[in-house]
Amino acid sequence: MGASQSGPVYMFQDLAQKTGFSIEQIKNLHNRFMYLTQDEDTLRRKHLENISNLALNPIRRQIIEAFFDKRNMGEKGKGCLQEIGFEEFVTVLSFFRPPKPRTADEDMKNIKKEKLRFLFNMHDTDNDGIITLDEYRRVVEELLSSYETIGAETAKAISDAAMLEVASVTVGQMGPDEFYEGITFEQFMQILKDVEIETKMNIHFWNLDTRTMQCGK
Amino acid sequence: MLLSLLCVFLYNAALGMGCMSTVLSGWFHLIPRLSSIVPESCLLIVVGLLVGGLMKLVGEIPPVLESKIFFLYLLPPIILDAGYFLPIRQFTENLGTILMFAVVGTLWNAFFVGGLLYGVCQLEGHRLVTVDLLSCLLFGSIISAVDPVAVLAVFEEIHINELLHILVFGESLLNDAVTVVLYHLFEEYSSVGSITVMDVFLGIVCFLVVSLGGIVVGAIYGILAAFTSRFTSHTRVIEPLFVFVYSYMAYLSAEVFHLSGIMALIACGAVMRPYVEANISHKSHTTIKYFLKMWSSVSDTLIFIFLGVSTVAGPHEWNWTFVMATLIFCLVARVLGVVGLTFVINKFRIVKLTSKDQFIIAYGGLRGAIAFSLVYLLKTEHFPMRNMFLTAIITVIFFTVFVQGMTIRPLVDLLAVKKKQETKRSINEEIHTQFLDHLLTGIEDICGHYGHHHWKDKLNRFNKKYVKKCLIAGERSKEPQLIAFYHKMEMKQAIELVESGGGAKFPSALPSTVSMQNIQPKKPPQDRALPQLSKAREEEIRKILRTNLQRTRQRLRSYNRHTLVADPYEDGWNEILIKRKKMKELEKKISQMNNYLTVPAPPPDSPTIARARLASDPQAWGLKSVTESIPTIKVDLASPQSPESVNMVDEFGKKGSQSKASKEEEGGLTMKVPSPTNQRKDKTADEDNDKEPQQRLMRCLSDPGPTAEEEDEDEAFLP
Repeated sequence: MGASQSGPVYMFQDLAQKTGFSIEQIKNLHNRFMYLTQDEDTLRRKHLENISNLALNPIRRQIIEAFFDKRNMGEKGKGCLQEIGFEEFVTVLSFFRPPKPRTADEDMKNIKKEKLRFLFNMHDTDNDGIITLDEYRRVVEELLSSYETIGAETAKAISDAAMLEVASVTVGQMGPDEFYEGITFEQFMQILKDVEIETKMNIHFWNLDTRTMQCGK
Repeated sequence: MLLSLLCVFLYNAALGMGCMSTVLSGWFHLIPRLSSIVPESCLLIVVGLLVGGLMKLVGEIPPVLESKIFFLYLLPPIILDAGYFLPIRQFTENLGTILMFAVVGTLWNAFFVGGLLYGVCQLEGHRLVTVDLLSCLLFGSIISAVDPVAVLAVFEEIHINELLHILVFGESLLNDAVTVVLYHLFEEYSSVGSITVMDVFLGIVCFLVVSLGGIVVGAIYGILAAFTSRFTSHTRVIEPLFVFVYSYMAYLSAEVFHLSGIMALIACGAVMRPYVEANISHKSHTTIKYFLKMWSSVSDTLIFIFLGVSTVAGPHEWNWTFVMATLIFCLVARVLGVVGLTFVINKFRIVKLTSKDQFIIAYGGLRGAIAFSLVYLLKTEHFPMRNMFLTAIITVIFFTVFVQGMTIRPLVDLLAVKKKQETKRSINEEIHTQFLDHLLTGIEDICGHYGHHHWKDKLNRFNKKYVKKCLIAGERSKEPQLIAFYHKMEMKQAIELVESGGGAKFPSALPSTVSMQNIQPKKPPQDRALPQLSKAREEEIRKILRTNLQRTRQRLRSYNRHTLVADPYEDGWNEILIKRKKMKELEKKISQMNNYLTVPAPPPDSPTIARARLASDPQAWGLKSVTESIPTIKVDLASPQSPESVNMVDEFGKKGSQSKASKEEEGGLTMKVPSPTNQRKDKTADEDNDKEPQQRLMRCLSDPGPTAEEEDEDEAFLP
């Protein structure tokens, strides 16, 4: 790190421009990144799995996968990486940046679309562009996984109901022989249009706790 | 003796006036045009004025709104109603903003108005110079509080979006603590005469004690109520009573110790609600809801009417300078306060408050009966200008309620403020909201950021692990929120269908022919038990059936009023039996809710169309789920049983397909209960089995319907 002290500053500025964070926020994130990887250059899955609080989260696996998903990196690629650098780390986190106060409506729509795309990618694990019944079932199962008493049929029933609802709302009339493949991205956007993702899917980044740099939490 | 007669007359007059006014307010709703222009609160005050005027003409002394009655009997129901149904999620999300407005905003208003009024009094000279600073500050603190009753009355009618509603309403609830503290402080100090820095410091401590103490008292009673409700499974009838009694006791306990009663009541209602609702029966829930609405409605009406009467009755002392100054300063203080605070708050909020929002928040700062009652409580010995205060307060109240109340609706339309969306929560939204919660918590953990989501998650986990186990009876304590939501949705659908009798119109959803069959992967063709038909032949046959369908549909439609749903006018005995069985099934279902999770029907068609389609239309075979959602009467013509014997096909409480098989044997007239609860849908193998009985059946009681041959043709098309 010593020789490249001036390097990171330019890198930070690039990143700031690309992702919309401020320099201060990028510096904080960089500190956090260094803390997570224990001063290595790249982040691996096991680094994220070491976070103790994350272990209690029912959907931790999907969250961790999202960091290594190529689709979220802005490239056209599909598949997942084994390790990511700081740039990819910040890129993924930029999906959770709150929109700037004076954003135009058009931009807001784009931001909403991007955030929904991130969510969609989290569900669509096989990268085929649609969320099938099985994938949705897995989502619900994971959500309910922290309750031991719930059996698999429950998750199945809920996910079936949800899929049915999506199909009913988006497609409407279907003959008995037609087959509903799964939820496409447009349908996904349609059913979640009332949830106001652009205001809900945000985190305050100005409040990064620098105490985490020292203590074990 | 004459005096006693007068007393009796007066007492009766008050009672009679109260009843008459309540009736009048009921009639008010029958005049639609009036109610769209004038908010109800205004009209009630006018009614009160008229009644008061009338009484004065007659020579009676109109009764004044006694503070004791107001605070003990009229205010609690309204606050309890508000607290019990408080939308917790939005409230906690905006808690910082609400607290800022409630505490800092009210303080600013109080000091601004009080200070400036004192200045005006001094400047004005002659009569007003006797008003000292403390009295002015006291007056300022009384008048600066936004009134929940008035806000509720006006905001409920304009259906504004949830964010603004919760901001203004939350502020009106929470500023009670500030008002109480300031009121008592200034009252004490007035008698003493001077204040020191120590007193200011004590004032702050007092504020914290009052507000937090109130909340703690409320929370304790809330937990007690939740705990009690855990054991009421055998005494369902008095369950609502516990809710009301504990809440009222929380209010009284807080008031006794000079803590904030309103905050105690809110805390009690909000804390007990999730646990109580998990424990009590559905009927108790309905009872609580309707009683609270009724009581709060009555209180609301009475408060405004009394306000009108008191205006006529009360001792008045009009002083142009003072009253006008008060009015202007109140408005100015409110606007400045809101703008200034929003500027600070927006730095911390993700969703910024726009200037439109600020305008509505400022404009929605209505004053009401609480301020009036507080002034009324002042004693004239300590406060020689009490009557003047009273007059000024009434003027401000009238102005805010009439002018602001009447104009806020056109302003909301003019400014195109977002209105409340009347959407039903769908299960997809629920799944994704929970998913989002966990996702954001996870991201916060990755960033090492102890934010909003982190603490909320911790609280939820604590709740799940310890609290729910204590306060919720039996199995429900382990139920995840998603499943509870799912149950609630199912219950709602089932009850809607039962209540509508299965024949009337259904909730608005679009008719959809999608069913689980469309979502499950297609079965490979080898499973077809029947010979393959060429596409052309299929089309031909379909066309034939469709033309027959037109005829059948017409016939069936013409009979829909007398058939298909158990017609209560046909045979009263049948009706009683059916209804009783329906209720029994519903209760059974409620008690067995844990074991059944099933796919709800897609938004159903009108029953006639669905049934007609099902009878002959091959397209409609995918509609299995729809048909089960509406009560249908299956008539098996072959069966020797008479139509009189009604058998409830028990949809609830039976597992899977075995039940279906046994039901098929029941011939004659069978009543199928509306049910979105059909687990069989997942088992595609049962499709053939299940379709058959329905195909036999959609007939009206008096019409033999299409011939049996057509039925066989239909069956040939089972996939």
